[in-house]
Amino acid sequence: MTVTEGVFFVMAACTVGASLLVVLARNLVHCAIALVFAFFGVAGLFVLLDAEFLAAAQVLLYVGGITILLLFAIMLTSRISAGGLKIMNEQVGIAGVVVFAIVGLLAYANLRGFPDAVAPLTAPDNTASLGKLLLTTYVLPFEVVSLLLLAAMVGAIVLARRDREKD
Amino acid sequence: MVPLSYYLILSAILFCIGMFGALTRRNAVGILMALELMFNAVNLNFVAFSRYLPQPLLQGQIFAIFVITVAAAEAAVGLAIVLGLYRNFQTINVDEINLMKW
Repeated sequence: MTVTEGVFFVMAACTVGASLLVVLARNLVHCAIALVFAFFGVAGLFVLLDAEFLAAAQVLLYVGGITILLLFAIMLTSRISAGGLKIMNEQVGIAGVVVFAIVGLLAYANLRGFPDAVAPLTAPDNTASLGKLLLTTYVLPFEVVSLLLLAAMVGAIVLARRDREKD
Repeated sequence: MVPLSYYLILSAILFCIGMFGALTRRNAVGILMALELMFNAVNLNFVAFSRYLPQPLLQGQIFAIFVITVAAAEAAVGLAIVLGLYRNFQTINVDEINLMKW
């Protein structure tokens, strides 16, 4: 086993273990902490795939932004203690069956479809060419997505605002 | 070098863990966390495919950037909706919010 493979398996184990904890833990704050580790694992895999810019964006946006937002929502909405209450609905059995079936199918298809695809040795030059692509070929989606972010920001403010006139 | 199928299988496992959470969690914030896991799985697939293409292209990473952006917008709006739900129902357990259930 080479060093790359070892790093891959460590990262993969960290990601899968943390995401299992996200889905199964009782306390939502623990879930959010585990989510941070899952995001870090995926960022490490991005580095392994020569996508340094995406790894940095992953850490900044997911770990720094979305997790903090989730923690705020948890603390604003959770009751004093959720101990003793069940955290899952009655679909657990059928959801488990469906999920295992899909994992098996996807693993089979991936092993059959891409048996020995090997990466080209030269990784594409990352951040500079990403910026060039974003501002030339993909400039229209870039602008559209900025508009989407603006709309989401305004929408979030409107939705989360308290109605002062009603009180 | 790690074969491509390892990444794809890891991404499938991550996606299905997220799907299990989204299907079974009662808490709306828990469902949002599971959705983020699914977004991450998709991003991993995009980046892996873009790295393993025969000629070096970056289109997969561009798509992953857009997915991250949309995920950020989704998280902001979703959490605002959760706060609104909590204000109106005093709970965010999605199986107790059955105002429009037939």
